[in-house]
Amino acid sequence: MAPILQVKNLSKAYGGLIAVNDVSFEVERGEILSVIGPNGAGKSTIFKLISSFVKPTRGEVLFEGERISGLAPHIVARKGVVRTFQETTIFKGLTARDSVVVAHHLRSRANLIDYYLNTAAARRDEDEFGRSSDEILEFLGLGEVKNEIAGNLPQGHLRALGIAIGLAANPKVLLLDEPFAGMNHDETRRAIEMTRAVRERGVTLLLVEHDIAAVMRISDRIAVINFGSKIAEGKPAEIQSNDKVIEAYLGVEDESIGI
Amino acid sequence: MRPTAQALFAAVFAFVLLVIVPWAIRVTHHDDFYYTLSSVALLAIASGGVWLTFYIGRINIGQGAYALIGGYASAIFVVKAGLSFWIAMPLAGVVCALVSVAIGLPILRLRGVYFAMVTLVLTEVARLSALALPITNGAMGITEIPPPGPLGLFGFNLLPSFASFANRNQAFYFLCVVMMMLCFAALYRLVNSRVGRLFAALRQNEDLASSMGLNVPALRVLAYAISSFLGGVGGAIFAAIAQSVYPSSFTVADSINFMLNCFLGGLGYVFGPMLGTLVLYFGWDLLFQAGQYQLLIYSGVMIILMLVLPNGLLSLRFSRKKGA
Repeated sequence: MAPILQVKNLSKAYGGLIAVNDVSFEVERGEILSVIGPNGAGKSTIFKLISSFVKPTRGEVLFEGERISGLAPHIVARKGVVRTFQETTIFKGLTARDSVVVAHHLRSRANLIDYYLNTAAARRDEDEFGRSSDEILEFLGLGEVKNEIAGNLPQGHLRALGIAIGLAANPKVLLLDEPFAGMNHDETRRAIEMTRAVRERGVTLLLVEHDIAAVMRISDRIAVINFGSKIAEGKPAEIQSNDKVIEAYLGVEDESIGI
Repeated sequence: MRPTAQALFAAVFAFVLLVIVPWAIRVTHHDDFYYTLSSVALLAIASGGVWLTFYIGRINIGQGAYALIGGYASAIFVVKAGLSFWIAMPLAGVVCALVSVAIGLPILRLRGVYFAMVTLVLTEVARLSALALPITNGAMGITEIPPPGPLGLFGFNLLPSFASFANRNQAFYFLCVVMMMLCFAALYRLVNSRVGRLFAALRQNEDLASSMGLNVPALRVLAYAISSFLGGVGGAIFAAIAQSVYPSSFTVADSINFMLNCFLGGLGYVFGPMLGTLVLYFGWDLLFQAGQYQLLIYSGVMIILMLVLPNGLLSLRFSRKKGA
């Protein structure tokens, strides 16, 4: 089958600074692909380019064969490519459940006027969103805290909520932005289980991540970025033994651990 | 609140405004109060609009512009086009909503203080436009606007012409209060529907909302258009009461007051602007005794209130309830 997501010769320059330089890779349906690289390598820019929060200078991103670069972010989400944000980026003032209910927007069949007048169609949507939200929250272990204000939840729960919000949008491809950043060993293990469970639901996952150990355990394939360019791509074992990667990434990483 | 409690609360509120207040005014012979309270009701409507822009996370200091546009629009519809006030008033709101879509599409991309600054300028732009445009009659304004004519619906006569009322101020009072209740009921319904939750999501995080597929620019403009519609309706009725509208009918100071009304009442409560407007309006008048220190005391009290009660006056009631 054709790849679900194709990144083709993607480049992004900010003035004279080239953040991403001619990067290409493909994501197969149902796999977990991680993009890794040292700080400032251009991972985040690639992430924003795929979710269309930023327009590429050159190149394009295709989803199911259709160009999505340059579309508004909400249109890209509508097509099935949904991104999450790093840790604290959630709807802080809403309860966990309300956040997930709101995020069901793409499954709406009623329009805003229906919602305002609370017509039968609107109530049907609301019931369905409520049920689906409860299921998703339960699935990610948030059932107990669903009525808490999201801003008051501990870190681990916030990550799970971020993924819950993403799942509510019914994605075909879910983009996770540094899902393991700042986690301890135990939290990382749980997050890995959670990510695998999400894949079991039939969602293709694209991760941008810093934590190599976690990425090695979870990914089917890995693409390595350094100074804006892709320097390697392959299975975790291949990446681990790739000289270029060790030189460019692992070497730097050793030093950065000491800081 | 449960629906029965809501209905009861609404009924008591309507009873007080429509029966108790007029009775009290008749007993005390304070007929001028009708005019004062009408003003409060209209300012509350415009403030309710500002409150909605706060609800999507934008500081709006430009409602005076829409009140002015609404006033001029209805005056022009009535005086120059010969339309009935009852058509001109909602039409003025629609004009404001349309103008706000054109203005809002570019400026709603701004956030925080940048959006606030642009809206602040809007009021001044509206005033200068009213001075310069031929249709608004410059500094002379539009005067001698006839009072609202009879209101009929499907051949039924609902209201006689305002000119036939012995106590025209009282008639306007009822008009303003009923309009205020309608507007706030509509706002209440809005924020408690799923639309309101989408707006709340925008306030919390626009990027996240758009990645959930919400059409953020469209929703922002929708909220701003509703806000401006309310400003326009308020301005239109004002022009009808005063029977005139001038470039200085609504100024930057009014725009700031609309915003302060929301702060004072509480941004978290849809009925906050009503209470805020009432307290602020009478507070300002009471301080008249203080003469040259009026503004100083007024500003000082406002600053202290915002420090002590950042969530507004209504938070007093709700926080106590929570503690109990």
